[in-house]
Amino acid sequence: MARIIVVTSGKGGVGKTTTSAAIAMGLAKKGHKTAVIDFDVGLRNLDLILGCERRVVYDFINVINGEASLNQALIRDKNCNLLYILPASQTRDKDALTQEGVGKVLDELSKDFEYIVCDSPAGIEKGANLALYFADDAFVVTNPEISSVRDSDRMLGILSSKSRRAERNEEPIKEYLLLTRYDADRVKLGEMLSLEDVQEILSLELLGIIPESKSVLSASNAGMPVILDEKSEAGQAYADVVARYLGEKLPHRFIDGKQGFLRRLFGGRK
Amino acid sequence: MLNTTPALEFKSSTFFAPILILYTNDLAAIEQTLHEKINLAPEFFKDSPLIIDLRELNKQNQDLDFTQIIQLLRRVSFFPVGIRGGNENQNKQARALFIPIDTVREQGSSIIIGEPQKPEAVQQPAAQLETVAVKEPSVRPVPIPPVAATATLVTQPIRSGQRIYAAGDLIILSQVSAGAEIMAEGNIHVYNTLRGRALAGVHGNTAARIFCFDLQAELISIAGDYKTSEDLNKQTYNHPVQIYLQNHALIIKEIA
Ligand SMILES: Nc1ncnc2c1ncn2[C@@H]1O[C@H](COP(=O)(O)OP(=O)(O)OP(=O)(O)O)[C@@H](O)[C@H]1O
Ligand SMILES: [Mg+2]
Repeated sequence: MARIIVVTSGKGGVGKTTTSAAIAMGLAKKGHKTAVIDFDVGLRNLDLILGCERRVVYDFINVINGEASLNQALIRDKNCNLLYILPASQTRDKDALTQEGVGKVLDELSKDFEYIVCDSPAGIEKGANLALYFADDAFVVTNPEISSVRDSDRMLGILSSKSRRAERNEEPIKEYLLLTRYDADRVKLGEMLSLEDVQEILSLELLGIIPESKSVLSASNAGMPVILDEKSEAGQAYADVVARYLGEKLPHRFIDGKQGFLRRLFGGRK
Repeated sequence: MLNTTPALEFKSSTFFAPILILYTNDLAAIEQTLHEKINLAPEFFKDSPLIIDLRELNKQNQDLDFTQIIQLLRRVSFFPVGIRGGNENQNKQARALFIPIDTVREQGSSIIIGEPQKPEAVQQPAAQLETVAVKEPSVRPVPIPPVAATATLVTQPIRSGQRIYAAGDLIILSQVSAGAEIMAEGNIHVYNTLRGRALAGVHGNTAARIFCFDLQAELISIAGDYKTSEDLNKQTYNHPVQIYLQNHALIIKEIA
């Protein structure tokens, strides 16, 4: 049985797709057979970030409609043979996604994958609700600003009331916080919320802080999830997230921003 | 085709609507007061159903064109859903506008809870809003439980967009987020931070209280008397408090 992870946020543009690609790759690189599904029908971009957009033949909707088999639609990643991508359709409209159809696809994938990562669209509409409905775990992607925190809070309410687990009165979805696009300097200036501020409202288990980093954009331009860029802070932060999710105890990094040269040399406190 | 599912079904249920008690037939004064009330809590009143109570007005023999008041209410974004205490002419106008007539009060059985306002000679408010429960379609009187018999316990956080309703007392162990709404016919206890809206005594139980560990609420209300965060005293903000009604005034007192 696969573990189903939904990457969700409510607010748009906070880094869900970046996160989905990174953690799916991270899990696969750790030896777990992983599928990542793009639920953002009409706005394909997971395949771009994973650099497989030119190999898309069939998509998620084709599989739901029985126009293609899962094996025909799944694209094996070029960097890691344990990672598979199920792309979204660019041409269909959102109504093509049905709960029954999504459930069937997830059931079939569950048979031979260990993890299924669902990249949710923004908003709290049907697409986002379907992406989370079958989830076991939720990565709540939040930026350190009040509107994003509010939307995440809203999403958490939906996670705890509108999921399959909630409807069946099963153990609730395990919720984790991923604070992304975190700019320590702007936090210090009071332009952005601090981790403490965010946690005061959300109080969730923190999986990691992903710093704002230029490497994210260059990685996505290169069609390569940023986690493969081991030199970048964002890449390292995502690697930590995957390790923590798999049970490793690692101290949190990147809260205080770039380590100054002297501080690095002499091992400063803060 | 065999289809045994019935086409429809009737169920008895309860829904809530504020009651608008009019003390004057001066439409301009009514409109102005309504705007003041709405500005205090725009989201709270927007598109809200409303029942119009004309007893006070008719007691004073002030006549009112019912059609005009309905037009006014709709203009300021209320949905009038009932009239009570109207005279023959007003009821006739209501019927023509497809607005149901609530006869409960006139039979002497009460489902309202809040104490009737004593008409004061000086400085009468133009209009007053209170929240009551409307029982539909049954018209049997609902006795007011002096103390809630049952309590609902919630251990998970109440997130933005979620609503919780308890027929008796409501006890919450986790935080209540901004944008969440918790309602109880009895008391509300929040053993954590209260950031959302909390409405106790929603059936009109004026003895209901709200207790919380950290007051940061968007709105608090007891039996329809409310305060928005703007009106909350800075001294009690962020403090453990209890909130109760005294002579129609909400008292917020720090729990030492
Ligand atoms: N840690 C980061 N540092 C810098 N830029 C980032 C970071 N994370 C994401 N971005 C940028 O933010 C933008 C939005 O990211 P992404 O597409 O992952 O968000 P999303 O939540 O999936 O958006 P949508 O809601 O539209 O699906 C992209 O341009 C991406 O490159
Ligand atoms: Mg996206």
